[in-house]
Amino acid sequence: MYKQGRYQIIEKRAIAKGVFDITILCPEIAALAEPGQFMQVAAEGFFLRRPISICDIDRERGTLRMVFEVRGKGTDKIAELNKGQLIDIMAPLGNGFTVYEGKKAVCVGGGIGTPPMLGIAKKYGADAEVISGFRTAGIAILQEDFAAAGCKTTLCTDDGTAGVHGFVTEPLKARLETDKPDIIYACGPAPMLKGIVELAKQYGVKSEVSLEQRMACGVGACLVCVCKTVKDGESYLSHVCKDGPVFDGEEVDFT
Amino acid sequence: MSERLKVNICGVEFKNPVIPASGTYGYGREYESLYPLSRLGGISVKGTTLNPRQGNQGPRVAETPAGMLNSVGLQNGGAKKFLEYELPNLLTKDIRVIANIAGSSVEECAELAAMINDSAVDMVELNISCPNVKHGGAAFGTDCTVAGAVTAAVRKAMPDKPLMVKLSPNVTSIIDIAKSVEAAGADALSLINTLLGMRIDIKTRRPVLKNNVGGLSGPAVFPVAVRMVWQVANAVKLPIVGMGGIATWEDAVEMMMAGASAIQVGAAIFADPYAPVKIVDGLEKYCADNNIANISEIVGTVQPW
Repeated sequence: MYKQGRYQIIEKRAIAKGVFDITILCPEIAALAEPGQFMQVAAEGFFLRRPISICDIDRERGTLRMVFEVRGKGTDKIAELNKGQLIDIMAPLGNGFTVYEGKKAVCVGGGIGTPPMLGIAKKYGADAEVISGFRTAGIAILQEDFAAAGCKTTLCTDDGTAGVHGFVTEPLKARLETDKPDIIYACGPAPMLKGIVELAKQYGVKSEVSLEQRMACGVGACLVCVCKTVKDGESYLSHVCKDGPVFDGEEVDFT
Repeated sequence: MSERLKVNICGVEFKNPVIPASGTYGYGREYESLYPLSRLGGISVKGTTLNPRQGNQGPRVAETPAGMLNSVGLQNGGAKKFLEYELPNLLTKDIRVIANIAGSSVEECAELAAMINDSAVDMVELNISCPNVKHGGAAFGTDCTVAGAVTAAVRKAMPDKPLMVKLSPNVTSIIDIAKSVEAAGADALSLINTLLGMRIDIKTRRPVLKNNVGGLSGPAVFPVAVRMVWQVANAVKLPIVGMGGIATWEDAVEMMMAGASAIQVGAAIFADPYAPVKIVDGLEKYCADNNIANISEIVGTVQPW
């Protein structure tokens, strides 16, 4: 179940260089959305919609939040939209993360893969640790939001300008050694996801990863957004929009 | 729904002339939560092959000015899944069901057609612009002799269903192909399939599509489609279902004036999933505003200079 329409932007902020945080008033969509799902956003003058993950859902206010990075001309056009203007979205799309009530979670975000971690981390509050990695301190985003949700936050930077100097897999490994969570959620670059899934397997912890791929329809009709998956030893070309974007980490073929 | 939009394509009555194109609408399941499928005249389902196909590796899509390239490669669950799982569902939706079929050999197309012959589909659309076919690696639809041969084989294997053949625009003369297909026993033609294209990432010097090349669709191809429909309509007696870049009711009217008895909407659905129903509503209003008793009155009415 999803909706398509033009909804009002009620907040917009630039939260890092080329990274925008937009809150959309869309009660009928907010009522349906779950963490990990995404929206297809129209960019005026461009033929295809842009898939952008849902960062946070506020059912009481009837809002969805999306945090996205300008990657090209289409996302640049979306970034030109301002508070008060209408944005054309289709949402919620795809399958979100599985929530395990009363369990402990580690949410790992890499760069612009961090935003979808907010919605799921909030489901766990103090039972979630959020490990996020960025190239450098200046583009680290959403740390206050995770902290406000009661989550433990661990920040990593590739260049050591803030937090742990290095990749997210180091603090993840340390956590797995000392206090194994019940589930690991992750979104970010493929090599990072691969490393996380390998660690999760090694320590016998479930993992769910959110993937991205170029899309057209966003709903499972056109079949362009393929990713390689394996189930019961058999290889499949699955579709990120409908079979995902969240996949069981062990089912993704990262080769 | 008034009588104004009713059209008849080789004996099959459609409540309106708007049909989502094969490969852009799945089997309708993905759009049913937005509006009932019964709003549309018909559905041309995802291209079906005898056996399941995984299709090409990704990326399979590239955006282009006013359109897109795709290289899906006929990923589908095969004929059995279509007939046993998708078709029974579609038959409850009050919409004409067009089975789109493709094969990698004449024999495979015929075998598939024989299976479909015994099903409850309303019409068959034979895709002779499918990639990876046996005949010299070229598409069936680019050689008059082969196009005629595959049409004749399917016609013979499937005597009970209306047969529409979907033509490729990637040919020197689409008129010659259309005539071959007509002579081989087709009941209708649909055109155009996508135009072969390519995009290159200038940073990596790699094609954007993993398949290197793919099919161009969207508003960018609309004038080419109108021209080809007009040319073919003037050369054959068969009814034509026109497609290629149609996004609005005005486009649909233009395509029908060029000679199409009905139209298919494809890539426009990705930008606006309501596009097909907006076209239906627009055609209805167009007929009312212009005192047109039935939309078929406008078919082929372009007056060339």
